[in-house]
Amino acid sequence: MFRIVRTDVLAPTVTRFEIEAPFIARKRKAGNFVMVRLDNQGERIPLTLADSNPASGTITLIVQAVGKTTKQLCAMKAGDSILDVVGPLGTPTPIAMHGTVVCVGGGVGTAELYPIARALKEAGNTVLSIVGARSHDLVILEPEMKAISDALYVTTDDGSYGKKGFVTDQLKDLLDTVPGIGAVFAIGPLPMMKAVSTLTRPYNVHTLVSLNTIMVDGTGMCGGCRVTINGAMKFACVDGPEFDGHSVDFDELMMRNRTYADLERVSDQKHACRLAGTTQESLR
Amino acid sequence: MTASNPLKPSERMKIPRQEPLEQDPQERSTNFLEVSFGFDMDRTLVEAQRCLDCKTPYCIDGCPVGIDIPGFIRLVLEKDYVGAVRKIREANYLPAICGRVCPQETQCEEVCVLAKKLTPVAIGKLERFVADYEMREKLFEAPVIKEHRDEKVAIVGSGPAGLTCAAELAQKGYRVTIFEALHATGGVLRYGIPEFRLPKEILDLETERIKALRVEIYTNFVIGRTATIDELFDEWGFSAIFLATGAGTPTFMGIPGENLSGVYSANEFLTRVNLMGAYRFPDTDTPIRIGKEVAVIGGGNTAMDAVRTAKRLGAEKAYLIYRRSRQEMPARQEEIHHAEQEGIQLLLLTNPTRIIGDAHNWVSAIECQRMELGEPDESGRRKPVPVKGSEFVLEVQTIVEAIGQKPNPIIQSTTPGLTTSKRGTVVTDEMQKTSRPGIFAGGDLARGGATVILAMRDGKQASVAIHTYLADKRAAQLPSHL
Ligand code: FES
Repeated sequence: MFRIVRTDVLAPTVTRFEIEAPFIARKRKAGNFVMVRLDNQGERIPLTLADSNPASGTITLIVQAVGKTTKQLCAMKAGDSILDVVGPLGTPTPIAMHGTVVCVGGGVGTAELYPIARALKEAGNTVLSIVGARSHDLVILEPEMKAISDALYVTTDDGSYGKKGFVTDQLKDLLDTVPGIGAVFAIGPLPMMKAVSTLTRPYNVHTLVSLNTIMVDGTGMCGGCRVTINGAMKFACVDGPEFDGHSVDFDELMMRNRTYADLERVSDQKHACRLAGTTQESLR
Repeated sequence: MTASNPLKPSERMKIPRQEPLEQDPQERSTNFLEVSFGFDMDRTLVEAQRCLDCKTPYCIDGCPVGIDIPGFIRLVLEKDYVGAVRKIREANYLPAICGRVCPQETQCEEVCVLAKKLTPVAIGKLERFVADYEMREKLFEAPVIKEHRDEKVAIVGSGPAGLTCAAELAQKGYRVTIFEALHATGGVLRYGIPEFRLPKEILDLETERIKALRVEIYTNFVIGRTATIDELFDEWGFSAIFLATGAGTPTFMGIPGENLSGVYSANEFLTRVNLMGAYRFPDTDTPIRIGKEVAVIGGGNTAMDAVRTAKRLGAEKAYLIYRRSRQEMPARQEEIHHAEQEGIQLLLLTNPTRIIGDAHNWVSAIECQRMELGEPDESGRRKPVPVKGSEFVLEVQTIVEAIGQKPNPIIQSTTPGLTTSKRGTVVTDEMQKTSRPGIFAGGDLARGGATVILAMRDGKQASVAIHTYLADKRAAQLPSHL
């Protein structure tokens, strides 16, 4: 059992968790993730490690309530326990000195980006960060990102905060005006990472993206996470989750990720009914 | 005539081999309950009488872990079922599992003298009966550990090799810790072998018995990630390590269309069902997709498990596609027979060439070609060669590839100095020693894909080697693992 010691609501559907997991806390590196299973009926889902504290033996997860399991998790409170947490999994982000780097986070992807941006900064890079969201209330970790960035740009789709537009608009500006950008790190929804990779290709700037795929075990034993990288099959959980954005077959991955869309809705609705059921019962 | 068996050998040879009770094929192809019920007590007693109690019991040599087979059968005849299962456990700590999944027909039963002219003694079913009896009557008592030792031994992986090695070393008095990457123990016994062949309840009970030996088990612990092998030595203070992580990485055929939705590796398909309980979705949260028509590719036991699982999940047509002929199928005869009874269609001498998708990127069909057998290849089996112009298309919505697994690379890539083969297996000598002192390996990690019982054999062998290694070190008074 893994006890939740603290929760913070970062945005209407986004919660930050601090969870006791001393072995994982000691070994976590930027880019690592964990697999989480809430209870005996639960599925195993991958969640990126946003941070860890080896001294207190805790790890930090930032979770957006989108499906059955993440909604159930986001309803949990400090003191509650999660049945299974395993990690740190995946190949850590290669952190090197590139000179100037641009870190691009979309939505909750910013949570995954933050430890990477921080590690890049600690490695001596000049870090320019772009944080994008649909609207102001969905912008997360702005102060944290600001603290480790040499410059931070915020964009919102609806213009309710920062610059109106997409992260790619801001990124294009930077690519056109800032000399010597050595690498771009982009984490967010697949269409965003695809757009970033398409944008950077003509500039010939090395672009790293972090792929979210179907996963069962997260340790290389099911192949559900397979992706096509430069025409070759790779397992995102072991070979990744980060890959060279210019080599990823995004279209194939986006289609694969839709495999269970309808069944996920079934599971989600069942969960919603169950919650509604309990409320009705307690009213009686 | 012996004290336990009053019948003369000629009389014993007249008794026909007893047949186990089984669930009706029609009915069982729609549920996940166990297919075979094994023997009841009457059948057990009759079958036990068939044993000739040979002076030279070949069956013991045929058993990879050397169970005293005539010895336990003698106890069965005396109706001392608990004594019988204890006798088995001296050589094999997991009889309820072996009695179900061992291929006895190619081991102990194959060399039974009765097999030459008649049919062999049903050793496997007898083993299962006594193990189940002890379980049902709750008569298990953990063996007494006579001597306790200070050295700690780490076992990586809780499959058949790891569990066996843990049980053996714990009985020798070592402090044993098992590290398991998944959230539940058992390895392939948990995620690979379906409920209808090995109920998870049995596996849970056998695991409890390992724990009864004061073995400590960490689940959710990936060696190579959560801690490395060198950390186990240097920081955790282990004196020896047995690697038994199996062959869990699936391989794919490399034909076009493999990344369409609806294509699974056997590992993913079976893990979803067996480990995650997808057959009870949406009561469980892990979904699985099953088309009206399903094709499973491969000819081994994993392929059989997958295709029979597909049928139980509601596939109207479940095909097994295999490129060689029936004789070359590596699956157990019993499993092939059970599959056919359940309505599985075998497409032999057939090889998939391409997977075809629909507009939504879902599998809609598989293209195959017919094969014929040519000259024998390196494995001694006749090599299948394609028949020109024989391509045909089969409509299917789900495809499961069960063409083999290879070892997971995480430990090998995080442990300096560990020699591996081209196939990714860890290289060991006949005592299961690896290239690094204090590190031993066995089961599929060393073999690349074999049976549960051979994994157990390796686990047992490694326990002997580790015992010797630690005794030598104690004698030499060397600091650990130097
Ligand atoms: S999640 Fe199973 S192999 Fe990657």
